Amino acid sequence: MQTFIELKQLTKWFGSPNSGGIKAVDSISFKVETGEVLGFLGPNGAGKSTTMKMVTGFLAPTSGSATVCGHDVQAEPLAVKKRIGYLPEGAPAYMDMTPEAFLEFCAQVRGLKGEAKKQAIKKAVDRTHIGGVLRQPVETLSKGFKRRVGLAQAILHEPDVLIMDEPTDGLDPNQKHEVRLLIREMAKAHAEGKGGRAVVLSTHILEEVEAVCSRVVLIARGRIVADCTPAEFMSKSRYHNAVTLALIPPPGVMIFEELKRIPSVESVEDNGTNKTADGTQVRCTVIARHGKAIAHEVSHLVKAKGWQVDMMRVEAGRLDDVFRELTTSSR
Amino acid sequence: MHGLGPVFRRELAGYFVTPVAYVFIVIFLILTGIFTFELGNFFERNQSDLRAFFDFHPWLYLFLIPAVSMRLWAEERKTGTLELLMTLPVSRAAAVAGKFLAAWAFTGVALVLTFPVWITVNYLGRPDNGAIFFGYIGSLLMAGGFLAIGACISACTKSQVIAFILTVVVCFLFLLAGFSPVTNFLQGWAPPIIVDTIQSFSFLTRFDSIAKGVIDARDMVFFASLIVVCLFINGVVLESKKS
Repeated sequence: MQTFIELKQLTKWFGSPNSGGIKAVDSISFKVETGEVLGFLGPNGAGKSTTMKMVTGFLAPTSGSATVCGHDVQAEPLAVKKRIGYLPEGAPAYMDMTPEAFLEFCAQVRGLKGEAKKQAIKKAVDRTHIGGVLRQPVETLSKGFKRRVGLAQAILHEPDVLIMDEPTDGLDPNQKHEVRLLIREMAKAHAEGKGGRAVVLSTHILEEVEAVCSRVVLIARGRIVADCTPAEFMSKSRYHNAVTLALIPPPGVMIFEELKRIPSVESVEDNGTNKTADGTQVRCTVIARHGKAIAHEVSHLVKAKGWQVDMMRVEAGRLDDVFRELTTSSR
Repeated sequence: MHGLGPVFRRELAGYFVTPVAYVFIVIFLILTGIFTFELGNFFERNQSDLRAFFDFHPWLYLFLIPAVSMRLWAEERKTGTLELLMTLPVSRAAAVAGKFLAAWAFTGVALVLTFPVWITVNYLGRPDNGAIFFGYIGSLLMAGGFLAIGACISACTKSQVIAFILTVVVCFLFLLAGFSPVTNFLQGWAPPIIVDTIQSFSFLTRFDSIAKGVIDARDMVFFASLIVVCLFINGVVLESKKS
């Protein structure tokens, strides 16, 4: 197990601490190790981008340190920058260049030469599927393609650490889907690639975390409020192990009351009713006390009472619910 | 200086993929022609030298060089590529020097393309080609001075328009420092040491002797050190003002 990124008490003030400055990042510490795909989560303005900018050496921290592959970002910026592939927010690229010239430039800066350079560019182009637009100026490309050009630039030199700041932000649903597939594929290949590497991506889109990440770090107001796996993250939800039902009870039966009688049921949420040919369908979510597994007990009760079940689903938890709870609760 | 070469090549190629380079060169050549032959009375002077040509360079550069330098950093800031460039393994010194050298090489190309003037004067008479050569070197150095000032100002802002106007103003001050009405005005009341100091910063005075063919190492050193100082400040500005 190798530590790829280590943040120690990383702090960033914009402006002076004594005269109305803003503490954008507040003593953040964590490590990213071999094979991890870390989802860096938080609401807008929580300090995600600022943290990434400090790790990639664009901004200098006010205090604390960031280390990448054993090199301190402030002391050895070039050594760090060589090992990182970085997609900044909005995937900036030189607008009047073609992707071909742009990748050529990046490869040269990365010190790639001759056949190795050609191979690296070809591989990055193939992986991001931008072969068809290589000769068009970047400014004429759609947002989705611009993002891919940015991704190609970031993976060009097969970096030990791949850092992406909001890689799908501002794309339409189709582009989002494509870029997400690409990231998943890349992250997987990347994290498992030669000897294992590490990927960090920031986002405020929760499906992305579920789809791609092996670990979640959630920050709010510059501080870490959660650091766990996506599954653990979801289990913090009050909907963890909740059972959502749609059923048609005989008239006059108070099904909510019956359900609440199960000992490990916390409460029942009414999701409304629906008129069907068979009668009035009642929909509800049965919430488990402390996230206990209640599916068995609920189904047992339903069977015993002989209610007609149209749908029954066990909830894993709702990410946005946990997200909201953790990022808006008082300090 | 890691990454100097690629930055230089990218930047220089950047001038030629857009119309900027062609518009600039054409306008530069037309204006040098007009200034030399119409305003400078090249033929009427009846002398086989290029004073009429070089004398107008400071004024031409005053408006044309800021047009080249304004985009150097302001554009990178605006489009966000500054973050990309500064997180690639390029040292800050290499980025600053690479961009400056590309802009300088570009103005050098424009300057070289004025060679028909040199052919004309050689066809008509027997000029001192050594003096003309040093006139070109002096002109290139002065262009470098203007460019370094412009690069430094471009690094301070996101707006190319602001960069352009501020650069024109600052360069104008450097020119005026040696303009005779200004020195006469200063001599009336300021102590000689201040007048001399201000005058020593003048592009006009420095360039005037070079254009005459007088090679003074101090003039060369002045422009060279101006470039170095401005580029150093450029680097400091980049480091301190990133977002």
